[in-house]
Amino acid sequence: MSQAALQRLKERFPDAVTEAYTGPGGDDVALVKKESIEEVCRFLKSDPETAFDMAPYITAVDYMGSEPRFELVYQMYSTTRNHRLRLRVGVPESDPVVRSVTPLWKGANWYERYCWDLYGIRFEGHPDMRRLYMYEEFVGHPLRKDYSLRGRQPLIPERQVDEPFRGPGPSGS
Amino acid sequence: MSATSDLDLVPAIATRREDALSGLEKMVSKGLGWARKYSLFQYPFVTACCGMEFMAVAAARYDLDRFGAALPRFSPRQADLLMVVGTVNVKQAPILRRVYDSMADPKWVVAFGVCASSGGFYDNYATVQGIDRIIPVDVYIPGCPPRPEQVLDGIILLQQKIQDQPHKLIDREKPALPAKG
Amino acid sequence: MSKATETAVHPVPAAASPLDAPFPTKRMLVNLGPSHPAMHGTVRAVVELDGEAVHAMKLDIGFLHRGFEKSCENVTWTQVFPYTDRLNYVSSIMNNVGYALAVEKLAGLQVPERAQYLRVITSELHRMCDHLTLISAMGLELGAMTVLIYGMEARDLIWDRLTELCGARLTSNYARVGGVSRDVPPGWNEKVLRILDRTEALRVEIDRLLTRNRIVIDRTRGTGVVSREDAIDYGFTGPCLRASGVSYDVRKASPYLVYDRLDFDVPVGSNGDNFDRYLMRMEEMKQSDRIVRQCFDQMQPGAIAADDSRYVLPPKPEVYGSIEGAMAHFKIIMEGIKVPAGEAYAYVEAANGELGFYAVSDGSGRPYKLGVRAPGWNMLMALPQMMEGKLLADLIPTFDTINMIGGEVEQ
Repeated sequence: MSQAALQRLKERFPDAVTEAYTGPGGDDVALVKKESIEEVCRFLKSDPETAFDMAPYITAVDYMGSEPRFELVYQMYSTTRNHRLRLRVGVPESDPVVRSVTPLWKGANWYERYCWDLYGIRFEGHPDMRRLYMYEEFVGHPLRKDYSLRGRQPLIPERQVDEPFRGPGPSGS
Repeated sequence: MSATSDLDLVPAIATRREDALSGLEKMVSKGLGWARKYSLFQYPFVTACCGMEFMAVAAARYDLDRFGAALPRFSPRQADLLMVVGTVNVKQAPILRRVYDSMADPKWVVAFGVCASSGGFYDNYATVQGIDRIIPVDVYIPGCPPRPEQVLDGIILLQQKIQDQPHKLIDREKPALPAKG
Repeated sequence: MSKATETAVHPVPAAASPLDAPFPTKRMLVNLGPSHPAMHGTVRAVVELDGEAVHAMKLDIGFLHRGFEKSCENVTWTQVFPYTDRLNYVSSIMNNVGYALAVEKLAGLQVPERAQYLRVITSELHRMCDHLTLISAMGLELGAMTVLIYGMEARDLIWDRLTELCGARLTSNYARVGGVSRDVPPGWNEKVLRILDRTEALRVEIDRLLTRNRIVIDRTRGTGVVSREDAIDYGFTGPCLRASGVSYDVRKASPYLVYDRLDFDVPVGSNGDNFDRYLMRMEEMKQSDRIVRQCFDQMQPGAIAADDSRYVLPPKPEVYGSIEGAMAHFKIIMEGIKVPAGEAYAYVEAANGELGFYAVSDGSGRPYKLGVRAPGWNMLMALPQMMEGKLLADLIPTFDTINMIGGEVEQ
């Protein structure tokens, strides 16, 4: 919700910001290139006019079938200026590595671990890059679109149940 | 003895010699059953939303204390009723198994809520579809979350089940070891 | 017995007599496992103890991960509401409202006024339930069991009224895209005002028991301190952020629904410790009471859902009486509402902080992605830093006041 912050970002990084628009409901969004995300975030945090001091909400979306496959979304908020900004960063499947913003905001730590755990996007420079939700023995990244909904990987052996609706076994049909 | 099927009910006419209880033993069984059912020490294995209803059941309005099941014992060695309250997911399953194995006989298990009974509507990669896939369950209390009255009904059913089981004063049988798989 | 070759934290200097020498100690790793009464269910904390002080703490979560996001991608937009209920399960209506706001933002729907007032009333009632649960749990874990009993009684009273309205005590599933699901039953307003009086009386009792209690003050004042800069850096929101001195409340900063017409105060603390966080919640319950009463005064009869048959189920007489009604009903139920493609982020002031929903739609009847910004997550992330160097016993009130609700942290 901040046209001024969006303009300032575009002026400062004309080549890193590929697109800037206002989405439904008035959300200001900027599409940023993957390589410059750390620079952009550092600017957004330290510049007194944008002043995005609160740790962003970082999540990822899997657009399977389009290129780049993943998109990281950084939802930023400034407590002093009371404005918000959304950054969308395209992350290709062939090179799913992004610079971490944890040195800037301590609160970005677990969000990046979540993106690694559930989507497979690795963060360079993160102090503790390991799984957050799933256990270490888990293979795969569950929220990717090609991971099946019922793909259970039991840790201890489970009793096999013959269910006509869901089918036998822990993973069902 | 943890009962898992109707075969554990004390039959009026015993069909096997070792199951036959004499008159005195029947009286002892009834007395022990009475004592055990009215002094349940629960281990509330609380994970999710059903925990809120568990708090409400244990509080003053839907008092669980009048059924003798008020005192939670947070050590599995000291508890005899394992109340699995809420969703058990695949990461939590080994812990549930371990807690169940640590409990001493006689022990009973109540699956509180539909996530514990059958997985609820979380039919996905993360959730165990019912704790009876890992441990034997005595009473299932469905509901999402169940109303406290349903929970009390479940406890009463469990108490009837406990009463009807054969109890021995000195149980020389080896307890049934948990089956593998 | 410690051998001479073992490395000790405090090496033994040469002393005059063995009785004067300081006792060599070693740090101990203790596992506060996932099934633990003080861990509120499902967080595993591995603490390295130096005597009674916590030297370091590592958190292991994921023991309640129920695949919320993946489940939501496989059901229709309206079927997501029960899943959102179970995120922050003590105040579920706020989750419903947040999600509904995200979808309405994408669809560009206008919600009628009465529905907005109803959403605000039920949200504030559930906010009171959340705070009551926290205070009851805190009282219980600090040893004041009476507070639990009083808090549960107040919570049960509120839940009874919500049962009349929504059908369920806890997981309400009340909001719908475009409004709310049903209107209030007759006489509901007066009943709610009566129980608000009773809840206020119980809150005053609890206040008398806890706020000036020597034990509570000793255990909570000065423990779990989070400085203002740290709180913002970690992304704290809600009562925990306000306790550290930042007056950020979504209801005042970017008012949504009808909060701009209501008159209420936002308490702000100064120390950022557990006692302040507890006081925030006591005060917010008073303010919620004020908000609900104002809403009852201001609410007018009217429609409870938008009049758009692409998103809202038409009323039953139309469904059975006209072809268009039957078709609209069929399409909404079988295919799901068709939300235009795009992405939106909507946020509400939940009991714990800023609860945000990031919804991505590809134009079909199912969400393409639904992300949740859980407020409790940031506080839990900061817990190891809050506990460094503090006593193990301080973990209990700290864990209570940050209000980590497993459902929302582990989605």
